[in-house]
Amino acid sequence: MGEVIVITSGKGGVGKTTTVANLGTGLALMGNKVVLVDTDIGLRNLDVVLGLENRIVYDIVDVVTGNCRLKQALIKDKRFETLFLLPAAQTKDKTAVSEEQMKELTNSLKEEFDYIIIDCPAGIEQGFKNAIAGAERAVVVTTPEVAAVRDADRIVGLLEANGLSEPKLIINRLRPLMVKKGDMMDIDDMIEILAIDLLGVIPEDEMIVVSTNRGEPVVLEKQARAGEAYRNIAKRITGEAVPLMNLDAEGFVSRLRRLFGVG
Amino acid sequence: MFEFIQRALGFKKDDPFSSKHAAKERLRLVLVQDRANMSPSTLEALKEDLLQVISHYMEIDQSGLEVSLSSEDESVALVLNIPVLNIKRNIGTGVTS
Repeated sequence: MGEVIVITSGKGGVGKTTTVANLGTGLALMGNKVVLVDTDIGLRNLDVVLGLENRIVYDIVDVVTGNCRLKQALIKDKRFETLFLLPAAQTKDKTAVSEEQMKELTNSLKEEFDYIIIDCPAGIEQGFKNAIAGAERAVVVTTPEVAAVRDADRIVGLLEANGLSEPKLIINRLRPLMVKKGDMMDIDDMIEILAIDLLGVIPEDEMIVVSTNRGEPVVLEKQARAGEAYRNIAKRITGEAVPLMNLDAEGFVSRLRRLFGVG
Repeated sequence: MFEFIQRALGFKKDDPFSSKHAAKERLRLVLVQDRANMSPSTLEALKEDLLQVISHYMEIDQSGLEVSLSSEDESVALVLNIPVLNIKRNIGTGVTS
């Protein structure tokens, strides 16, 4: 039986979809059978982040309304035999799927896959309720900003109220240099404020933009720091204990050089 | 100048004037209100209830009553500011047991 994990955030634009694409690919890279479910109906995006936008025939609404069989709607990834996408519908709205239907859907996916990762829409309305309906574990993604952390806190409360106790935190787009200067909240600040366990930290990385442009998840880039961070988180999801990576991207010398304008 | 170098090299931490410190403090306050669901109307209701109880014991200036949540250092407090006009003589018999 597989495990259903929902990736949430509350606020939009903090990196939920990027996280789903990378963790899914990372888990498949480790040999797991993974399906990624995009529940952001009306604002479909996971397909483009994965570079699978040209292959969509059926979507999640077609599946739950019985318009097609589940297997027909699952799109196999270009790179991994064991990675699949169930895309969101683009022309419907969040009410096109019910919480009951989501539970049924995740139950049938659990029979086939090791990990079912659900990309939750931003907000706390019906789309959020649907996305968490069939989930057993929850991950909250946030960035080190006041608005994102506030929304994350709200989401943690709502998850716990809906029986998803102990959600785990991913801090995205952390900028170690700004943290050093005291201009960005650090990891400990955010854990203290949100009072939940940390699953991982993704440093700000331009490679995310480059890889998303190409539709190739950054987790496959050996040299990318964000890729390494996502590989670590994928391992932690499977239960492996991986220490946090060293986030000091810049050494003392390069900081000095930058300070004196040579570098 | 020394401070500038410290900052540039990233040696300075926990500066109460840093923007990170401001972010943390603001979050702390806003989250207390979010978590307790303390909307202005809830605070108003709390004020009404407090008034009722307190006026069993003492005469207070109702227009001067202030109820607020405030954040100081590491904790958040419910702060009441109640101007007392007169204390009733038979304290303790005001509330029916």
